[in-house]
Amino acid sequence: MAITSEPLKDLSVAMVTEPVTMAQWLLIAPVVWCLLVGAVLLMLRKHTWLQPLIAIPALAVLCLLDGLLLAHVMVSGPLTMTMGSWLPPFGISFTTDSLGALFALTSALVALAAGVFGRTDVDDTGRRYGFYPFVLLMMAGVSGAFLTGDIFNLYVWFEVLLIASFGLLVLGSERAQLDGGAKYAFLNLIATTLFLVATGYLYGLFGTLNMADIIVKAPELRSSAPLMTLVTLYLLAFGMKAAAFPVNFWLPASYHTPRLVVSALFAGLLTKVGIYALLRTLVMLFPFERTGLADIIAIVAAATMLSGVIGALAQNDIRRSLGFLIISGIGVMLAGLALGSAAGLSGTVFYAVHSMVVMAALYFAVGLAARINGGFTLSAGGGIYQAHAGLAFVTLALFFSVAGLPPFSGLWPKVILVKASLDVGAWWLAAAILVTGILTTVTVGRIWALAYWRPAPVDDLTRSASEHDAEPPQPVRLPRGAIAALAGLLLLTTAFGVWPEPLIRLSQDAAIGLLDPSAYVLSVFPGEVPR
Amino acid sequence: MRTVIFRTVAPYLTSLMVLFSIFVLLRGHNEPGGGFIGGLIAASAFAIYGIACGVAPVRRAIHFHPMAIAAFGLFLSGMAGVLSIFVSRSYMSGLWTSVHFFGNWIDLSTVLIFDIGVYLVVVGAITSIALALEERDRD
Repeated sequence: MAITSEPLKDLSVAMVTEPVTMAQWLLIAPVVWCLLVGAVLLMLRKHTWLQPLIAIPALAVLCLLDGLLLAHVMVSGPLTMTMGSWLPPFGISFTTDSLGALFALTSALVALAAGVFGRTDVDDTGRRYGFYPFVLLMMAGVSGAFLTGDIFNLYVWFEVLLIASFGLLVLGSERAQLDGGAKYAFLNLIATTLFLVATGYLYGLFGTLNMADIIVKAPELRSSAPLMTLVTLYLLAFGMKAAAFPVNFWLPASYHTPRLVVSALFAGLLTKVGIYALLRTLVMLFPFERTGLADIIAIVAAATMLSGVIGALAQNDIRRSLGFLIISGIGVMLAGLALGSAAGLSGTVFYAVHSMVVMAALYFAVGLAARINGGFTLSAGGGIYQAHAGLAFVTLALFFSVAGLPPFSGLWPKVILVKASLDVGAWWLAAAILVTGILTTVTVGRIWALAYWRPAPVDDLTRSASEHDAEPPQPVRLPRGAIAALAGLLLLTTAFGVWPEPLIRLSQDAAIGLLDPSAYVLSVFPGEVPR
Repeated sequence: MRTVIFRTVAPYLTSLMVLFSIFVLLRGHNEPGGGFIGGLIAASAFAIYGIACGVAPVRRAIHFHPMAIAAFGLFLSGMAGVLSIFVSRSYMSGLWTSVHFFGNWIDLSTVLIFDIGVYLVVVGAITSIALALEERDRD
């Protein structure tokens, strides 16, 4: 019983006939791997001890696959595989350039850290609810979104990651979680619906959903079709996903409610998928329309970063404060999108990678701190430095990184973006980035001073004094896995800060690939003459 | 809802509907039908059984947890696409073969495996939701 393909008259008119290489399989491998492992974990949901033993190695393999993919894309340019062997644009293409592969690898690293951290943060109940299956399924969605070359398929992956994130958000079904989850779900579904409306409209105009095909067809349609409307819809939809200023209320309403490891995962990944989609649609597909919208995007960017950091400054709950800092970072990324130059876009890409790593690490650090003094409130906090000086210093390093102070990774993208803004004379955008940096420093300085540096509140001290015969608080031991996850991410952000050249080069490569997608188009349609 | 008539008829109705759902699944490749609609029919069969005889007998009858069935379906569908790696074709490429079975040639394909996966995903997911709702009803 040999497997043979169906004999058709002439396959070459409808199907890809040349053999597919293993390198092309790397494109789909992260998604399929996550789906399959997620399914296996779901079947073994009752065996809670087995879950992390399967999931963590699986996430490590995901990192390896994404790393191989990035290495391959860097060496030999964009890569395409069209599903089911149908010829593009009829088959669904997975296409990736260095941008998609870089984001996929970073997200996989963050997910691996979250998996390791989750081993100590998620108890048996959480595992029975399906923490690890949901993480794997969410990673399938995230990887799919980063690697696909078809805009409707992008929508599908958005849905996959959204559904998995709903599950993660209400893990444990507490009252506050359901409240946050409802807001998150409702506002995200509006954004998804807008995305779907825009995509339906795009299909009506272009008759195709393949991104490379859209790039080819856009110039001739530009004079007759209302592309500006379409692009504005995409800006609104993805702006909502990315938590840009006037449409970002879902983020502070929900990100402080789930388990810490889930917050960390969301903070690292979800908004960046929105930024990625903005980069793909606005810069690669419709660069002319983006130029028309540049002023609006710049205003939104400045408003997002300033409102975010001011919101962060006003909070008393550290987790809420971090949620607003994510928004502020999104504003900085949007600044590069508004500039649209190679330098600006490379700043955005670099900042996105930095933000994925640092925001996840910050949530880990705050979660560990809460384990020491049992809360996230600033007014009642304190005493972390006394109890665990190492954790206090690690958090300080991460705070430096998020504020953009050397020697950590936050510095370089801000330098790139400020320089790029000054190059085109957008001094106010540069000023907004710098003011945001100063305010962020104030915010994180306040958190560190109140929750970490100052001694534990007096009543706690007297209680412990009476219990331990007036000895200072005992040093706390933290779970080793959690420390390893935190240390890994800290190492990454330090490495990006001290030795930024490889990442800068990669981001520039990604930015150039966005601005001149001819290699992308050629990888989907060999022989097609790009615009 | 638990009248004697309904409780007596429900098991027969359920088995007929499950049988019909498998028929719909198998005819799906060339004619109307397929995994999704078949799965819906099977899930409504289990829902009817649950309404008539309670949720516990349904859970006993399907033996596995509905979510585990859905997960197995997902795994099956995912694997169906991977098979094409052995013939150097893209993910999800349909591969066909024929087997001789009691004097007839029967076409088998990875598409069918995928469709069975879809069937199981739908059966598992919808049954899981339906049973959860029916359980809440009685509380």
